[in-house]
Formats: sequence, C-alpha cells, structure tokens
Amino acid sequence: MPQITYREALNQAMREEMARDPDIFLMGEDVGRYQGAFKVSQGLFEEFGERRVVDTPISELGFAGLGIGAAMAGLRPIVEMMTWNFALLAMDQIINNAAKIRSMSGGQFTAPMVLRGPQGAGHQLSSQHSQVLEMHYASIPGLVVIAAGVPRDAKGLLKSACRAKDPVIFFESERLYPVKGEVPEGEYTLPIGVADVKREGGDVTIVCWGRMVYPALEGAELLAKDGIDAEVVDLRTLRPWDRDRVAHSLAKTHRCVVVEEGWPQCGMGATVADFVQRECFDDLDAPVARVHGADVNMSYNKHHEQLILPDGPKVAEAARSVSYAE
Amino acid sequence: MATAIVMPKLSDTMTEGKILKWNKKEGDSISSGDALADVETDKATLELEAYEDGTLLKVVVPEGGSAPVGATVAVLGEKGEDISSLVTAAAEKVEEKPKPEGKPKEAQAKLAEMPRHPVREIPRATPRPGRLLASPLARRMARDSGVELSAVQGSGPGGRIVARDIKEAARRAPARVAAPAPAAPLLLELPARPAEARLELTGMRRVIAERMSQSKREAPHFYLSVDVDMEAADELRRELKSAGARVSLNDFMLKAAGFALLKVPEANRTFEGDHIRQVASVDVGMAVALPEGLVSPVVRGIDRLGLLGVGAVARDLAERARGKRLKPEEYTGGSVTVSNLGMLGIDSFLAIINPPQPAILAVGTVAERPAVVDGKVVARKRTWITLSGDHRVIDGAVGARYLGAVRDALERPLALMA
Repeated sequence: MPQITYREALNQAMREEMARDPDIFLMGEDVGRYQGAFKVSQGLFEEFGERRVVDTPISELGFAGLGIGAAMAGLRPIVEMMTWNFALLAMDQIINNAAKIRSMSGGQFTAPMVLRGPQGAGHQLSSQHSQVLEMHYASIPGLVVIAAGVPRDAKGLLKSACRAKDPVIFFESERLYPVKGEVPEGEYTLPIGVADVKREGGDVTIVCWGRMVYPALEGAELLAKDGIDAEVVDLRTLRPWDRDRVAHSLAKTHRCVVVEEGWPQCGMGATVADFVQRECFDDLDAPVARVHGADVNMSYNKHHEQLILPDGPKVAEAARSVSYAE
Repeated sequence: MATAIVMPKLSDTMTEGKILKWNKKEGDSISSGDALADVETDKATLELEAYEDGTLLKVVVPEGGSAPVGATVAVLGEKGEDISSLVTAAAEKVEEKPKPEGKPKEAQAKLAEMPRHPVREIPRATPRPGRLLASPLARRMARDSGVELSAVQGSGPGGRIVARDIKEAARRAPARVAAPAPAAPLLLELPARPAEARLELTGMRRVIAERMSQSKREAPHFYLSVDVDMEAADELRRELKSAGARVSLNDFMLKAAGFALLKVPEANRTFEGDHIRQVASVDVGMAVALPEGLVSPVVRGIDRLGLLGVGAVARDLAERARGKRLKPEEYTGGSVTVSNLGMLGIDSFLAIINPPQPAILAVGTVAERPAVVDGKVVARKRTWITLSGDHRVIDGAVGARYLGAVRDALERPLALMA
C-alpha cells in the first residue's frame, strides 16, 4: 500500500469524489489558482477548471452561506476554511442554517455539504491561529463532525463525507498535513461514527481523535516499557461518536484516559468522561483521567507552546496514575 | 573550497524535499542566485537557489530522489577539487535537529513564577471516618466474590481499595462456607467461545470411558456417607507445618484410608470374576486430575509409611502423573482410591469405583460448619466423606465399619503419624 501524506490523502479523496460526482465542487480562499493555502487542493483547479474549483474573497460568512444555498439547490459543495479560526465568522450560517434546514423544513430541504479545514496548533501560530474549536460544532444537532487522525482515515472519511446526507464538519490539522501513512488507492470509504482501535491492549483505554492519535500511540509505547498494555481507541467521528466501542474497551481495561488537544472545559473530552462515569461506572477502577491543552490562550513562545500541548509523556503519566503505578 | 549544498527548509512543516529536476548538471559553472533545482516540498514546488559562485562538482541526490532537510544534495567548488570527504560525509550525514534557542526548563520555571488566578485546591481522596474509599469496580468485585470490603487494606491513593486489592483478598481467603466455586475467578473475562469440532478420543479418554462404563455396568454400587470432624487433623497439620514439614489434609486422607484397611481387612479384597482375592498389602490409590483426563497412581505399603512419608510419596506420584512419567505398575492395583474434590469447593459427591477395587472414597471440602459439641452448636472444620462400595465384594456393614475406621483415624489423627 502506498505511503502518502495526510495532505495527499485529502487531495486524493477530493479528486476521486469530484471525478465521480459532477455535482461536487470546491470553494474557498486560495483553493484554485494558488492550489490552496496548505496545498491540499493542489492540481484540482487544473483538472476540474474554475467552475468546479472556485476562489472566493475573504468572506467566510458569505461563502459558507453560498455553499449552503448550493447544497439546498442540489449541488454538493466542499467548502474549505483556510483554518477553523477564520470560520468563526461563518458560524451563524453553519449553526443556524446548515444544521437546521432539514428539521425546520420538515425534510423538504437538506444541506449535504462538507466544510473542511485545519484546527489546532501549527508551529508558533499564537493564540488566534492555534485554536481547537471542535466542541462548538460537536454540540450542535444536525451536524456531522469528523476529526481524522491518520492519512487512511482522512481519505476514507472525507470520501464518505462527500456522500453524506447532512452537513459534515471535517477537522484537519496543519501539523498532520505532512504526516505520512499507508492509504489504499482508489475507491475506499470508511463508515462515519465508527471508532477504530489503533492499538489493542488490556490495561488502560486511551480515547483520542484527530491529531491526538499520535501522542496517544507514543504514550502507549512509553507505557509498554513499564509493562502497562494500553488500548488506543481513536473516535475519528465526534458526532455521532462511538460510545459502544469505548464502553466495550473499558469493560476490559477498567481505566480510562481521554486525550484532546483543546481546552479542558465544555469539550469533547468532558463529554466522553461524562459518558464513561455514567454508563461504565461499575467497570471503573479509577477516576477518568484527562489530558488536554492547558487552560490558557496559546503562547507564541515555542517552549510555552510545547508545555501547553498534550504529548506522549503526558499521556503516559496520566495512564500510570489511573493504573496506580507510580 | 568545496561546500555542500543542503536541502533547505522551505516551509514550516517541511521535513524532507524531493528533487524534481536538476536545472544544472555536474561541471556547469554556477553563479550565486542561480536556480539549481526544482524541489517539491510538502506544500509546493520551489527552487533550490545557489548562494555562492563555483562549479557544480557533484550531484548527490538524483532527480526523483528525496532528502531530509539539512542533508547534502550537491557539492559546489572549484574544478578538480577533492570532494570525496564531503560526499562520504553526505552519505553518513543524518539530519541534525535545529537546536531550540533558550531552554525549555527555563521557560517552565518562568511559567511557574507567573501570577495565577487563585484556584481553589480540590480535596483529593483522603480517608474519612465512616466512609470506605473503594473504586466502583472494586465494590462490584467485592460484592460478586463475597469479600468484605472493610476487611481489605486499600493500596490506591488515600487508601482507596482498588481491583487488585480485591483480587488479592479473594486469593488469600480460605475456602468459604457455601462458596459455590473457588472465589478467585470472577467472570470478568470470559474465554473465547470454542468452535464446534470433532475431538478424537485420546488413549487416556478411551481407557476412562471403558473402565468407568464397565464399573457402573458390572459393579453394583452402594453409597455410605460420614460427616467427619477435621479440627484435630487440621490442628496437627498446622503444627507440623509450623515445624517446617510439608503436609496436606489429603495426606491424612490417604493415610487414614490405609490405616482403616488394616483395621477392617474384609474391605481389603478385590473381585476377580470367579473368585475374590484377600489382599495382604495395604495399597491406596489417589485420583489425580490432568487436563486430558484422570489417573490414579497407587501409594504402596502405606502401612509402613508415616504420615510425612505418605505425603512425600504422594507428591512425587502426583508430580510425575502430571508430567505423564508414571510407570504402568504405579497406577495399577490398590484396594481403595481416594478421590478428593475438596480443593474445588465440592461439599460431597459419589465416585465410581475403580475396578477391581472394592471401594472408593469421595472427599469433599474441609470447611467450617455448624456442629453440635456438648449440646451446643459451634463452628467446626468438617468434611463429608462418601464411600462407594462394590456389593459383589463387600456389604453395607463391612463398608460401614471401614468408613467408620477412616473417620476415627481422622478424628484422632495422632495414630496416623506412625
């Protein structure tokens, strides 16, 4: 199986889907002639032309709304947000229109579309450009929210997102774009809402998603040196999320560490921890531990950034604490 | 002097670059600013620019090849220069990570000094009077296994009782009264469900099938049970143990079975088809469970062995039985067999006679049970022993005298020491 980058995996998914379905078009800032701010859309303008790869002005609210209208009218837009930090401007369209149109029109209209782009830390991009904002979308009924961590999941899930019946929010990461991994060639889709066990183990369950798959796996390797066998459960989809897979793993390990890049309060990690304490109470041998970004605005300083973000050693430390192994 | 041209870091996330095309070839003269090659980074295709004048002496990374950031891709210098050391170095060179400016530790220290919003300390798990700290899983396991939580010492933070403490307590607990099964295996992890399969009869399985069927078909079984007080035997066992001897209650059973054969020689007879044989020696079999079946090695001349000697012989036979290293003469003969399922928590059971023996003793678990002593109900260590007798050889009265002798020997165990 070829090794390609996360960026190329997304590019492949879009190219294949656009070739398959003439109703799919890509729209966003610099996606066309410039080939994308992060080169995710490289070559698509050349291949599909300016009617299907559309450069927009810097107007997130405007082109998000344009996409929703197009979707309601029967097209299948992929809207690239240069980063989800900028998409804050488009939240009214996404939350009030895209998420609601199916239920509020009694099913007369739907908005099948993909809104995708990176979130989270790059390298020293400071407070306004390093945010994890997934919780704002993952809490909204009517949206599907995906956060793929590895290239093969990025391709399989983006292709499924392009065929979904509802608006899909697709979270990527600037740090993930150059990461390589095995990706099947050609037609390959993955089910939305199904978690993936990235590493099997019997001693502690590490729940993660998006870029955090890598610190989770690194933490698991560190734990293996201490004789602690960690199971890494990658949610991949945040709404709907795979509660069964998590409960199933906990019935085996009795210990849970939830890893997320963003802030600790009101996020996906809190949601997972809430579910685990309620539905898996009698399985727990320790409180649910959480590893998350520090509860501060991101620093520009390189070392501070490192201290703020979760990493493998932090994951291992949390897992050791719930395993009562000091 | 020759210099190495290295793969530049052309984007923030770039870790390696691919040489798409060399615009210059070896031997070309180069001016500063020339585009030497087209490099594909993780984001875009960019030019590799020369920063010095000279001659392109060597292309290290060919077109289509990739190199990590910082690795030598070509060598620039004066014509005829010796560049072998640079080229060799390039082959060996590993990407040097850029050293971070400043020290992370300093940053951490400074961060620690920064003023913070006051955060109220959340009280951690501490022992509180009247409140037992135990994890939900530990509570569930204690409930399922009958372990008393308050008797368990917690090993978690603040003395929290956690799963491993319950496992340990359940392992240490003596066989509990009314325990349906040994306490240890809680059904936390079910074994994988086996696939339907045809299992061929092993030699051992075939022999067991034949002999047990023959016994039940031909030997008319009758059954007698006694409830034996094991306090004295258990106390003697503990005394012997504290003196450093290796001895188990099963050794008492074997020795008592032999001792009773001496006292009731009518029980020491075997059925031989057309006649009955009076046996002179005192040989007692012991049933040993193996993964694939069961074997009954025989402790011979048990009347000449003291209790500790019986134990030593029995352990040796059991060990060799498990290793399948018994000789045939070691598992044939004997007048009575002791089958003990006490260690598996069985209270009492009826065993099948091992022909041509006249009887088998089925021994249950030794546990504290209510017993009447001097008109009062007290807890005593008791066990049920059930004799299965072959009516062709012995009658109920003989069986009763024999079993009574076994009970007497166990209740006054000093005689067994000889």
